[in-house]
Amino acid sequence: MNAEVAYKKVFGRPESLKPNPTHYCPGCGHSIAHRLVAECLDEMGLREKTIGVPPVGCAVLAYNYFNFDMVEAPHGRALAVATGVKRVRPDSFVLTYQGDGDLAAIGTAETIHAANRGERISTIFINNAIYGMTGGQMAPTTLLGQHATTAPGGRDARLHGRPIDISAMIALCEGVVYVERCALTSFKYIRRAKKAIKKAYQCQLDDLGFSLVELLSPCPTNWKLSAADAWNWINNEMVKTYPLGVIKDTTGYEDKK
Amino acid sequence: MPGSHVVGEAAVRAGCRYYFGYPITPQNELPEYLSGRLLQVGGTFIQAESEIASINMVLGASVAGGRVMTSSSSPGIALKQEGISYMAGQELPAVVVNMMRGGPGLGNIAPSAADYFQATRGGGHGDYRTPVLAPAGCQELAELTFVAFDLADAYRTPVMILGDGLMGQVMEPVVFPDFIDPKDLPKKDWILDGCKGREARAIYSMLLGQKGELYYHNVHLQEKYDQITAKEQRWETKYTDDAELIAVAYGTAARIAESAIEDLRQEGMAAGLFRPITLWPYPKATLRDLARDGRKVAVFELSLGQMVEDVVLSVGERAEIYFYGIPGGLIPTPAEVAEFLRSAAKGDEKVGRRIEV
Repeated sequence: MNAEVAYKKVFGRPESLKPNPTHYCPGCGHSIAHRLVAECLDEMGLREKTIGVPPVGCAVLAYNYFNFDMVEAPHGRALAVATGVKRVRPDSFVLTYQGDGDLAAIGTAETIHAANRGERISTIFINNAIYGMTGGQMAPTTLLGQHATTAPGGRDARLHGRPIDISAMIALCEGVVYVERCALTSFKYIRRAKKAIKKAYQCQLDDLGFSLVELLSPCPTNWKLSAADAWNWINNEMVKTYPLGVIKDTTGYEDKK
Repeated sequence: MPGSHVVGEAAVRAGCRYYFGYPITPQNELPEYLSGRLLQVGGTFIQAESEIASINMVLGASVAGGRVMTSSSSPGIALKQEGISYMAGQELPAVVVNMMRGGPGLGNIAPSAADYFQATRGGGHGDYRTPVLAPAGCQELAELTFVAFDLADAYRTPVMILGDGLMGQVMEPVVFPDFIDPKDLPKKDWILDGCKGREARAIYSMLLGQKGELYYHNVHLQEKYDQITAKEQRWETKYTDDAELIAVAYGTAARIAESAIEDLRQEGMAAGLFRPITLWPYPKATLRDLARDGRKVAVFELSLGQMVEDVVLSVGERAEIYFYGIPGGLIPTPAEVAEFLRSAAKGDEKVGRRIEV
């Protein structure tokens, strides 16, 4: 029996990922999210027409890992930059990959208005309820009671305001056709997230409007939890503030089936 | 045609097909004009949610290969400075128009020229320069708009056109340069258009490497700025050959100074005008040469003294330098400027003041 017959490759690196080791901490959700974004591009044959915009935050160096064209945006401005790209190259596939600080704090205006214009852009929104890159400060999505370096004693509603649900907010905009919240914290959830990302991509290919997939993503380092406990914390605590599931879907894809 | 429309029409003829901006007086006529005109030529106009969003849309359109512009007025340009710094760092071409108004803060909507520092000294963060073109009148607005796009593409840099509220609204006849079809523009081999048939590309300004990546990037940018300084200085002189006094002014202030000098010439006073057209790079050597043989230099600005610093850097102790400035909101008459030039010629400081170097 020769090697070709004996061994079949059943798992490998997606072409949309470069063979570079990442700088992400052990247990971080970015690695899983990167892989899902890349697998979906590969499977839908989009890599060569993709232009991506990473955030400022932990994923600022995403262009070292993603194997497609990418342009850096100033903090929070990814969707404005992506708008400019898409308007010049309507036939390109344009995606942004943004964290909670980028998308839901400093970039709130850009996020809401790109969504409301119904830009043909697909956004992957990583919500880990903390500022990772800068070392654990409070995020707009930090849960009530959750500790952060700028919320000693935990987030307090009166003092710091409540966590923001930007996905539900943009779902109010007519130009938004699909918003789903998923988690990266079980094999079942990860498979569900992949399906959601593919659907968000399809919305752009079908020229329907703006789409966003929010991914609840673990940050063991800044949460000061083990990787396993970080998964559990999302599954038991974070989903109470950010329930999983479809937030908006006017694609009509299921009706067609 | 009003100056704001002139910039818009010239941009379209220069091959610009993308505009992103946010309303602010006194430059609204420009986006209003382009909102209709760009659609006629298959372009894109977006009224963005803010100046910040619009400059970042410009960044995206530029990286995708489009000829793109934005415009605003003083406080709006302040908001765009972060994006301009990124574009300088990422080496992305675009044209930014500032029709200056009075400041600081909201100031007022009357013409002013108090953004010289903001325009020529960066305004944003980091070691970078922005070429700045200062037209004086509608015909030059049209021509310099073409120049601005060409400079931006040639050097892969944002370029600023610095006008003011008066220039944006004044009506003058204009002969436009010929239409350029965007298809005929030189191909850009660095843009992002999908990685089909090539390696994936990334365009970014963050250089964290430990091997001096940011150092070498800045040195590369500086080499480019040195090249621009050597090759791209523009200026105009009038009546300087036999002048005993050289007036220095740019933009609208230069138009007023020119009228004043024509009156003074009729009186028999030997005054001439040096008008820098590029404010960065500043035409230093030319001005230095004009300041020879005991001539006096008289600087007139629609601000309380910003360009005068570049005059000092150019002239040094070579000549006596006098300054007269009017802050935002008021436009002096040629008679008032003539009064200053007479005073500077005598050195009596009755109008304006001597600048000690």
